[in-house]
This record gives sequence, structure tokens and C-alpha cells, in this order.
Amino acid sequence: MGRIVLDKVTKRFGSVEVIPPLDLTIEDGEFTVFVGPSGCGKSTLLRLIAGLEDLSSGHIEIDGADVSTVPPAKRGLAMVFQSYALYPHMSVRKNIAFPLRMAKLDQAEIDRRVSNAAQVLNLNDYLDRRPGQLSGGQRQRVAIGRAIVREPSAFLFDEPLSNLDAALRVGMRLEISELHKRLQTTMIYVTHDQVEAMTMADKIVVLRAGNIEQVGSPLELYNRPRNRFVAGFIGSPRMNFLEGAVAAKHGAHAIGFRPEHLGISLTEGEWRGKVGVAEHLGSDTFLHVHPENGGETITVRVDGEFSARHGDIVYLTPVAEKIHRFAADGLRIQ
Amino acid sequence: MATQHSRSAARLMMAPAVILLLGWMLVPLVMTLWFSFRRFLPNRPDIVPGWVGFDNYVRFVTSSAFWPSVQTTLIIVGGALLITIILGVLLALLLDQPMWGQGVVRILVIAPFFVMPTVSALVWKNIFMDPVNGLFAHLWRAFGAEPIVWLSDAPIFSIVLIVSWQWLPFATLILLTAIQSLDSEQLEASEMDGAPPLSRFFYIILPHLSRAITIVILIQTIFLLSVFAEIFVTTGGAFGTRTLTYLIFQRVLESQNVGLGSAGGVYAIILANIIAIFLMRIVGKNLDA
Amino acid sequence: MSRAVTTRRKTINTVLAWSVGILIFFPILWTILTSFKTEAQAINDPPLFLFFDWTLENYAVVQERSDYMRFLWNSVIIAGGSTLIGVMIAIPAAWSMAFVPSKRTKDILLWMLSTKMLPAVGVLYPIYLIFIELGLLDTRTGLVVVIMLINLPIIVWMLYTYFKEIPGEILEAARMDGASLREEIIYVLTPMAVPGIASTILLNFILAWNEAFWTLNLTAAQAAPLTAFIASYSSPEGLFYAKLSAASTMAIAPILIMGWFSQKQLVRGLTFGAVK
Repeated sequence: MGRIVLDKVTKRFGSVEVIPPLDLTIEDGEFTVFVGPSGCGKSTLLRLIAGLEDLSSGHIEIDGADVSTVPPAKRGLAMVFQSYALYPHMSVRKNIAFPLRMAKLDQAEIDRRVSNAAQVLNLNDYLDRRPGQLSGGQRQRVAIGRAIVREPSAFLFDEPLSNLDAALRVGMRLEISELHKRLQTTMIYVTHDQVEAMTMADKIVVLRAGNIEQVGSPLELYNRPRNRFVAGFIGSPRMNFLEGAVAAKHGAHAIGFRPEHLGISLTEGEWRGKVGVAEHLGSDTFLHVHPENGGETITVRVDGEFSARHGDIVYLTPVAEKIHRFAADGLRIQ
Repeated sequence: MATQHSRSAARLMMAPAVILLLGWMLVPLVMTLWFSFRRFLPNRPDIVPGWVGFDNYVRFVTSSAFWPSVQTTLIIVGGALLITIILGVLLALLLDQPMWGQGVVRILVIAPFFVMPTVSALVWKNIFMDPVNGLFAHLWRAFGAEPIVWLSDAPIFSIVLIVSWQWLPFATLILLTAIQSLDSEQLEASEMDGAPPLSRFFYIILPHLSRAITIVILIQTIFLLSVFAEIFVTTGGAFGTRTLTYLIFQRVLESQNVGLGSAGGVYAIILANIIAIFLMRIVGKNLDA
Repeated sequence: MSRAVTTRRKTINTVLAWSVGILIFFPILWTILTSFKTEAQAINDPPLFLFFDWTLENYAVVQERSDYMRFLWNSVIIAGGSTLIGVMIAIPAAWSMAFVPSKRTKDILLWMLSTKMLPAVGVLYPIYLIFIELGLLDTRTGLVVVIMLINLPIIVWMLYTYFKEIPGEILEAARMDGASLREEIIYVLTPMAVPGIASTILLNFILAWNEAFWTLNLTAAQAAPLTAFIASYSSPEGLFYAKLSAASTMAIAPILIMGWFSQKQLVRGLTFGAVK
């Protein structure tokens, strides 16, 4: 069980309102990702749910019970911190056992749960080491182990992968996703990395300046961003935007189209431009094209086989049904 | 970044330390202030205690012992500061150089700081400065000179010597720590720029040390102002070695003129606070960093 | 500085530094040497450096005549007691200031420091009077309390600077893991801060051991620690160089050894974290 409901939750630090009134429901078993640029309040929101910060107003319910003033330990949640926050003076075994010891479980039960967790997370060989003797990925697993032994109603992850190198990050991402599939427990995951959000989430919550910009499944956000901010934030490389006369032709203040939704030709098309930088990823190539009419650089994704070099002239045509239209206030025009 | 719960817990856990120190500061302070406005000689039942206003303050300052004691205090504090800072900088520079047995030398240099004040005063007084059997007397006689009666002929110098010996390790240690925190790339860059050693010292090392030197000056001043055991053991305040601290001690405990001594105490507190304010500014700035 | 240095320069440095080091250490060295001489050898002219009849007699005499052990015990009780009580009061306070800072934290810290700067002589009589009233004069309890109070600001400060280096997330993790505040401090913070707490204890033990204003003014026969015991040798009639040296050596030896261990922390502790 782990249905979490935020009801008109706000948070102020002094006179600064970090979270304006905010409503959100996270269903039991859902993998929810809070994503947004740094300073958007996503970590604060997580800490509010954890109970590490007080609400300024509003209520938080977990499984129907109001926990707004319940101390963190009694909310039945487990958290994995960005720095892992392992206890450096305890062995891995003791780290994982710590929450159980605090819960005054008997030793046999503690041992059973610790060895289960170690099994699941491949930590058997490291149980008697100290955190200082582990690699970043292993520490991450210990932190997760410490969270799962409590059998919490929900897991909270605060940018858990940001201290890992790129290769490890992809691996851990998969492990966490698999863990979720296996445990079927609610998980709330905070990140600034939209790739993590897209790949892991059942539900993404895009935040900006404490406001929820949009809530939805990854593909909903990708296909139907509610406003320009979400459109620009989700997807990589980011969406191209054009304003002015071009947009007006589509009856909008601005139009957006993703790099992968552009046709390219050497002979004809809507816009003519000169290739600036070509980024070859192997499978794909991203071309940064400077339009001849002097507008903003347009990024286009082409097949890895497509050969284009700096200075080449190309023609671009957006896929008509994939054009997103935005009004002057940034909202999507349906 | 905390919850109401942890904030109130924090207040509760801070309370014992705060209350104790508040009491330790306020109670005696208020009593000292109170006594300083009264005529109060507990050993003289014939003198009726009473309210005398600022009389004690005026009498303390106008007594013949006051200005000499201020002068003595300044000479002892100033002399010890001068010696410890100059030698401390030189010693720190020396200890920062590559050498064999650096650790051992460091230990040798630091040792005097750990010697209790009464011991160092007694050892210097008897084993070194005694005009008959002291080591210095032996040394002087070996060169055919008449031994100096250190503690009566050069009493203030002797005390400055003892105190400097005790505090030189402190200055050296702090300055050495500061030198070691100097980015060696900075020195290398200046070397590449063609700066000779002496200008490297004056333009790079010394400015880098200025903060540490200030801290050493302030902290030592506070401790040096209250030098007590060294005088108590060696001269007992005789031969013009009576500092402000010692004068107050004599007024209060030896002649039991509590009112007068308390007024002196208030002066000492004010003096110490003026220095303390400067020290706190520096320490406080560091807190923000 | 990973630069090649000529052997010549290194040799000069070494000779110079060792000479200065030995010169500074000499009074201590000489005291220790003298403590093993007979009284006659101690004042021999020319002074005897190493070639004399080494004897332990002085140590025996000092203990026998003055009951050295009692003073030593008083010093241990006063320095140890004041330090331990101080640390127990300071740990929760330092926890609060390091992990739940408020706008006033800085002011409180600086104010605590300012109590340390109060000249002792300014409050000598009130304390003296309070001690008489409470029957604390010449008791170890009284001195433990006073010395604990004068060192409390340093203890709080030192612990505060050590605690500041412990990431708050670890304590939050403990909180999430269900630890109460007490458990958080006992099982997580304290073990992590052991090195810092140990150096705090060490340095404050040394400061308390060497404290020579209150110990001289508030004790007589009963509670006098080693500082007062040594001061009693200042009267000329009790003066014998070799015995004085033996007594001095015994008074400083334990603390010299502890001091050498604490030299790294000394800087931080005595500058209130302003120099690290």
C-alpha cells in the first residue's frame, strides 16, 4: 500500500514561497518522477513528503491517514539520498540493519531481512566492509538495501544517480526500474535529468518554481506538452521553437517541432539553411542548421548514414501533424 | 532546513550550555559591578560598608600603583607579542622547509606550550635565573662576567622572556599551519615571474599570513593580559612587575579591599572586551564562509 | 611542494631547525636531566650535562615528603571531570548549532566565546564569595565546575566545527530509518565524530590541567592540584633544584605526551576554527 495525496501543500522559507499551493495524487505502486530544473522545488517537495521539512500549510495523506505532522520515522517511508548518506562507521550489514534495529525487531528477523536484501542487490560479498571501501555503485546499492529492508509503503529517491558516472548511471537506472517491477511499491524519484524521468517513470511531474507544469505519462508529456516549458524540457535534443511570421501562418504565437520530426532534403523543402555543427552519434546524427532567413539555429535528427558537412546547404520541412502550436502565454493551442 | 520538532529539540539541547554560561557570566559580573560601587573591606569590621558611587573607580585610577601597572601590563603584553610574532614567523618559515626529522623538531618546538605556568615560572626562576646557582649565572661567570640578578635587576624583561617562551610555540604552530595552507602554485608562479626570495616573502607569504597574525595577536593578548601564575611565582608583583591583573588580585585577595578591586576588575573587563570585539569580528566572518 | 631540493640546502635547514628546536626545548630537557642528579650535582659549576651519577632518589623524596600522588589525583579529577562534564553538556548544544542552525546560532556561538574572554580577575571576588557560601572552597567539586565553565565555550566551539563537517543527510537518513533524536546522537553522530570528540577532550584536558589562576586562588590543602603543588616550591626554604626538577618533571610529563598527540587539533581548538 502506498497511495500518497498532497492537498493544497505549501512551503515557505521565511517570506519566500518555495511551493505555492499544490495538489497531487500518487497512486499505490506507481513510479512517479519529479523532474525540473535546479531550484524548482522538487527536492523540497520530496522532503515535505518524507517529513524532513514541515508543511507551511496543507495536508499530506498516506493511505488515507493524515501524516502532515507525523515525524519522518513514523510515516513508513524509506529514502535514498543523493550522497547515499551511509553510516561510515558501520559495516554494510549494520548499515542495512540499522532501520530494523531502530524498529526493535528481533535479531533473527533482522538477519533474515538483511540477507534477503543482500541477495536481491548482489551485496553478499561486501556485507562486512565499510562504506568507504565500496565503489559508488555499490554504495548506491547499500543505500537502496537500507531502504528496502524496512518494507516501506513508498520509496523516496533524491537524485540518487547524480554522483555516478555515465555508464554506471544507465546500469543503476535499470536496476531501480527492475526493483520497482518486482516490489510493486510506490516510488517517488527526484531528478533533473529528463532522460531518467522518461525512461523510468509511470508518471512524470514536471515542476518549475514550485508549480506543477504538467502531470502525465512520459509519452503524454512528449506528445502533448501542455506548454512551452514542458515542451522544451522533455525530449533530447530539445524542441525547436519558431516565432513571428512562420508561427502566425499556423495561427500561433510560436510553433515547436522536435528534431526527429523534420524532413531533410538536399534539393527542396520549406526552409533553406547551412549546416553548422554536425554531431555524429553513430546511429543518429544531429545537425545544427542555420536558416538562411537569419532565424534561430534549428536542430534536426537525421540517420547516422546521412552525410552532411559543415557549410553544406540543406532544406528542412517539419512533419505537419507533429507541429506543436503555442499561444502568447506559452500554453498549447489544441 | 528542519522541522518544528527538531528546532524545539535543538533549543532544549542547547539550553544547559546556554543557561550555565549565562549564569557564569552574569552572576559574578553583576556582583562585581555591585561591589565596585560600594565601600567593602571584609577584614576591617571598623569600616562600615556603604554606597560610594564612582569613588572606587576614581580611587583605583588615581592610586599611585595604577599607571605603573598599566605600563607594566603594556610592556609585558607588547614585548611578548613582538617576540612571539617575529620569532614565530621566522620559525614557521624554517619549519616549513624540507629537512630531516621535521616531526621531531616540531615536537621540540611545541613542547613549552604544554608546560604548566607554575612549572615554567619556577624552573626559569631557580634553575636558570638564580644569581648564584642558575645556569645563566654559570654561563656569565664562565665568560668572566658578573652574574645578573635577573628578577630584581631586569624583572620585566625576565617575565617577558618566560612568557614568550611559553607562547612562542602557539604563535609558531598557528603561523606554520597558515603557511602550509598557502597554495604552492602561487609561490611557483611568483618564482616564474622572477621574484627573489625576499620579495616573495613580503609580497606573497606575509600578506597570506596577515589573518593568522591578527588572530595570534588577539588571542595571545587576551591570555597575556591575564598572566598571573608567572608573576605570582617569580616576583610576587615586586620590582615593578605588578600588572593590572596582579594589582586587582592584590586589592581583592591580599588587602581584601573588595570595592576597590572590583572597580579595577570592571576596568579589566572593559579592556578585555574591546580586544574581544575585534577577535569576534574575525572569528564571526569565518563562520559565514 | 614536490620539488627536488638539493641535499646541501636540506642539510642546512636540518641543522638550523634542530639547533633552534633544541634551544627552545632546552629548559625542559635541563629540568628532566636535573631531576636525576643529586642536589650537589644539580648546582655544580660548571654544570654537568650528561656525565653525573644518575639517581631516582629525588622522585622518591618528592613523593614521600609531599604526597605527590594526592596532587596528581586532584589534577586528574579536576581536569578529567571538568572535561567530561563539559563534553556531555556541549555535544547536544553543538549538535543543535551545527545541524539545526537558526538566525541566532552565530550570535550564540560568539556570545559563548565572549564569556571566555571575561578576565578571571574581574570576577575573582564574587566567585570566591560564592565558593565560601556554598562550601566549595578548596573542594574538587568546586574546581571541576569552575574549570568546566571556563572551558565550555572552547569545547562547544571545537565540537561545532567538527560536527559541521558531518553531512546533515546522514543524520536525516537516521531520522528516516526511525532513529529517535537520542538514538541519532548516540548511534550515528557520536561514533562518526569520535576523532573530533577525542581531540576536543584531549586539548581541554590539557588546558584544564595547566589552568593556574582558579586552581591557585580557590584551593588550599585539600583540593590543590599539581599547579598549586608546584607553586608551593616557590618559597625559598623548600628549594632544592633536583627535587624541584623531579616534581616539575612529574607534573608536566603526562601532559607533554598528551600534548604531542593533540598538536594538530591545537590550532583549530585555540583559534576557534578560524585557522585550520
